[in-house]
Amino acid sequence: MDGEKESLMERVVMVEEDVMLPGMNAASEEAARSEEDLFPDVRETLLEVKDLAISFVQYSKGLRQRTVSPIVDLNLIVDVGEVVAVVGESGSGKSLLAHSILGILPSNARVTGEINYDGRALTPERVKELRGREITFVPQSVQFLNPLMRVGAQIPAKGKDKRERKKKVRSVFERYRLPAGTEKKFPYQLSGGMARRVLVASATVGGARLIVADEPTPGLDEAAIREALGHLRELADEGRAVMLISHDLEQALGISDRVAVFYAGTTLEEARADDFNGDGCDLRHPYTRALWKALPSNGFLAIPGNQPTPDNLPPGCLFSPRCQMATEECFSVKPHKRDLRGGWVRCHHAA
Amino acid sequence: MPLEAREVSFRYGRGEWVLRRASLSVCAGEVVGLRGESGSGKTTFARVIAGYLRPQEGEVYLDGAPLPRHCYNPVQLMHQHPEKAVNPRWRMRDTLAEAWDVDDATLDALGVDASWLGRWPNELSGGELQRICLARALSPRTRYLIADEITTMLDAVTQAQIWKAILVRVRESGLGVLAVSHDRSLLERVADRVVDVEEIAAAR
Repeated sequence: MDGEKESLMERVVMVEEDVMLPGMNAASEEAARSEEDLFPDVRETLLEVKDLAISFVQYSKGLRQRTVSPIVDLNLIVDVGEVVAVVGESGSGKSLLAHSILGILPSNARVTGEINYDGRALTPERVKELRGREITFVPQSVQFLNPLMRVGAQIPAKGKDKRERKKKVRSVFERYRLPAGTEKKFPYQLSGGMARRVLVASATVGGARLIVADEPTPGLDEAAIREALGHLRELADEGRAVMLISHDLEQALGISDRVAVFYAGTTLEEARADDFNGDGCDLRHPYTRALWKALPSNGFLAIPGNQPTPDNLPPGCLFSPRCQMATEECFSVKPHKRDLRGGWVRCHHAA
Repeated sequence: MPLEAREVSFRYGRGEWVLRRASLSVCAGEVVGLRGESGSGKTTFARVIAGYLRPQEGEVYLDGAPLPRHCYNPVQLMHQHPEKAVNPRWRMRDTLAEAWDVDDATLDALGVDASWLGRWPNELSGGELQRICLARALSPRTRYLIADEITTMLDAVTQAQIWKAILVRVRESGLGVLAVSHDRSLLERVADRVVDVEEIAAAR
């Protein structure tokens, strides 16, 4: 497996070089690198999600109300220059987190906890101002493009006149190898890979600092996946911050620095990408280890049971009903978040 | 007796041929992996061999006779997106009942929780729905399963769970499976042999 992972990384790097484009010359890259050498340990946190919980009040039958809590305890930090992967199965709260960062939760959502951006609380007013400018979104589906508008007009580029705007669109399209004339096309005239490049271009044209990418690769073939992920890595290397939401651990590991593992609305662990190696003994949480060992290239081991649903969460550790190491404590007491070996974990027994 | 596609050709309308004289057979108790790039015709082939699309040339045979029509199809097709394969206005119980009277043993084997049956599709996660779809497809009359990227959208643990359950059926009741995927390492895990869609077709 190790060999395979390495070769995947190699390929990603290769793609990056391949798409090294005007404006990204070697000199500026070198400058950035030497700056990094000067301040090796400075962590510049751009996004911080702290003990986030989201619940919804729903009407079940008639006027009877019930509260469901799809997000219970989310923690996440994304630093400048990093790709942080958010992995977990469907229903673990990955997309809801993205929606709450972008301020697009439905109005019946009740939110507690904190989301801080650039050191200050990300209030609804602030997110309105930043969204689409500093904070951008690469959506899951190319259906997010307006089918009735030419793609050039859908790029949120700003300029003092039409010509300047056009120039900006052209230069970002060139960066993503979209041929001349793409601006005039409608979404249905683009291939899947090209449409994805338009979405990435759209997210990066302004001065985006935080890019939230929600499952940006489904339906693409291997080459297009490598390219799309390579673009995200490149954006982080330029000094932006990328949050990559994915159900595909193997793909995410290829480009990310750190990995946050979500389960039933809670972050169970934050690990470094290189903690995922060998038989998983560098990983902190039993669920993370189960995910790692379930990969077809790692053993294909299945564990029994299901992720609990938001209306039926176990009282103690959320993973306790499926955990082989679970003790009395695990079934009754919620584990607190604690730092461990350069990451952190919510588990009573991790050591 | 095998499920066989014999020199099937297919095109949509008057478009280019997507499949040209493609042949493949799957035996009972065998898992065949079908691999290929996106746009190479994997899904079209899956639909043809499952009887969903009628090939313009060639024929699909089951036990040496053309695939039966107008009755329960012993070749069941499963899709990548389970949420598009169930009626959004039916509870899971009704979705299952349409196919067969699903027994508890099957539900247990697939890890389907009894509480899911009273739910609507939008209340279940992708992995849960896909297991419902698998239970629906695994009636005792089903002899072949065509699995078209059925775990592509799922996490690794759920993927392993679903495939383990399928492989038990393969061993215990001789289910034949065509596993369609772009993921080589998955196919190497589950399939007895892996073929490329380019290899089975004469030309495109």
